Amino acid sequence: MNSFSYTRASDVSSALRAVTADRDAVFIAGGTNLIDLMKENVARPPHLVDITRLPLNRIEELPEGGLRLGALVTNADTAYNAEVERRYPILSRAILSGASAQLRNMATNGGNLLQRTRCYYFYDTATPCNKRDPGAGCSAINGFNRIHAILGASDQCIAVHPSDMCVALAALEAVVRVTGKDGERTIPFADFHRLPGDTPNIDTTLRPDELVTSIDLPRKGFADHYAYLKVRDRASYAFALVSVAAALELDGDTITETRLALGGVAHKPWRDADAEAMLNGIKATKDHFDAVGEAIVRSARGFGHNTFKIELARRAVVRALQHAARVRRTS
Amino acid sequence: MDTASGTKIATKASTRLPGTSEITLIINKRPVRLDVAPWTTLLDALRENVGLTGTKKGCDHGQCGACTVLVDGRRINSCLTLAIMKDGATVTTIEGLAENGALHPLQQAFIDHDGFQCGYCTPGQICSAVGLMSEGRARTPDDIRELMSGNICRCGAYLNIVAAIQRVMNMAEGGVKP
Repeated sequence: MNSFSYTRASDVSSALRAVTADRDAVFIAGGTNLIDLMKENVARPPHLVDITRLPLNRIEELPEGGLRLGALVTNADTAYNAEVERRYPILSRAILSGASAQLRNMATNGGNLLQRTRCYYFYDTATPCNKRDPGAGCSAINGFNRIHAILGASDQCIAVHPSDMCVALAALEAVVRVTGKDGERTIPFADFHRLPGDTPNIDTTLRPDELVTSIDLPRKGFADHYAYLKVRDRASYAFALVSVAAALELDGDTITETRLALGGVAHKPWRDADAEAMLNGIKATKDHFDAVGEAIVRSARGFGHNTFKIELARRAVVRALQHAARVRRTS
Repeated sequence: MDTASGTKIATKASTRLPGTSEITLIINKRPVRLDVAPWTTLLDALRENVGLTGTKKGCDHGQCGACTVLVDGRRINSCLTLAIMKDGATVTTIEGLAENGALHPLQQAFIDHDGFQCGYCTPGQICSAVGLMSEGRARTPDDIRELMSGNICRCGAYLNIVAAIQRVMNMAEGGVKP
């Protein structure tokens, strides 16, 4: 780990001043990803601004019936919060399927959104990586790419976003509240993370001097019909090869609204509005879910080791939708 | 962990290096003042500065759980925690679990159930199990396996580790006793 200087911020404005004054300064909260990256020399910030004592550690009701998750509430406290469990069980399930109990006790909600990819080459400073060192080239495209993207990748980067929590937040259409020197703004979840394009070094639309203050959940929590299905190499404590957050609204057995988000397949939680719309107004049957699964992977592309993920994603979508609708297997 | 100049940050509290800060931790119920560099992890501070070597350094990347301690009552990975950020916090390590000369029930259960072979992961396993029990979320042996998955045992003592935790939780074969 590089040597660095350290400041503890006491309020949001002093935290913002500290990073505005020093362009290389970085916020630290849970530290579970940043300290790891620093130990690997992937990140070498000269100055850390500790934001853990800022008053962003509460879960509060929103006037329109939603829930505000403070950026500094830990992943564990969020997943086990009684209101989150009752109204947004898909979010609890997603959070609890990620990391370990120790890491969930440390990691914060804001930090979960900002975690970097676990691409082996991004972590290995001996190999070229466009995300770590723009212009250096991508080692994964023609390398060992079993965990890599099948959707939305570019010829510069095929890394995937590693979060489970974010997949559920994408399905719930959460809103990220941020604050910077120009004041507050909100970012719809779908716009928070970005595809790699030709700037894979930039993961999100958060500006360098901005701080995530909360994640706001809309009223609709899909608590009656939801599933978070995570497929991975071992039963616990592993990143997703493919994960699916599926949420449905049903009128009898007719679908009135569909939300589908996939993890482990792209540089951001993957939504496909056209595929979701296919289910609206029709019966929740396996045949219909099969069609959606096929539609979602129609534009998918494998890079060799990860090509199995295309079929895996298709099947995971169908199974997650079946679980969400509590449809009995018909085949 | 080394500084840019390559010198080891393993100072006793009496010698203070430039760039270090004094912090206070309540470690195993005793306030301890120590000088730490910003980059000193809680794990290194416990082992090198305080001399509490029961907490183990395994992977040093939050993957194995050998460094698990309780901070303000919650289990965390001390290798991914900067000591300076925990100024004022309460820390419980494996050395702080026994009371009045009597082993913590989980320590005794690990012995009774032979919950280890080499023992290197054991302090982390036991601290993690203490955290698991206070979280109160485990109802079945499967829950224990899931919620202990952040602690790796390369000797493979998992069956006996789960049995030891089950015993202390007073859990019947299929789950918590009614």
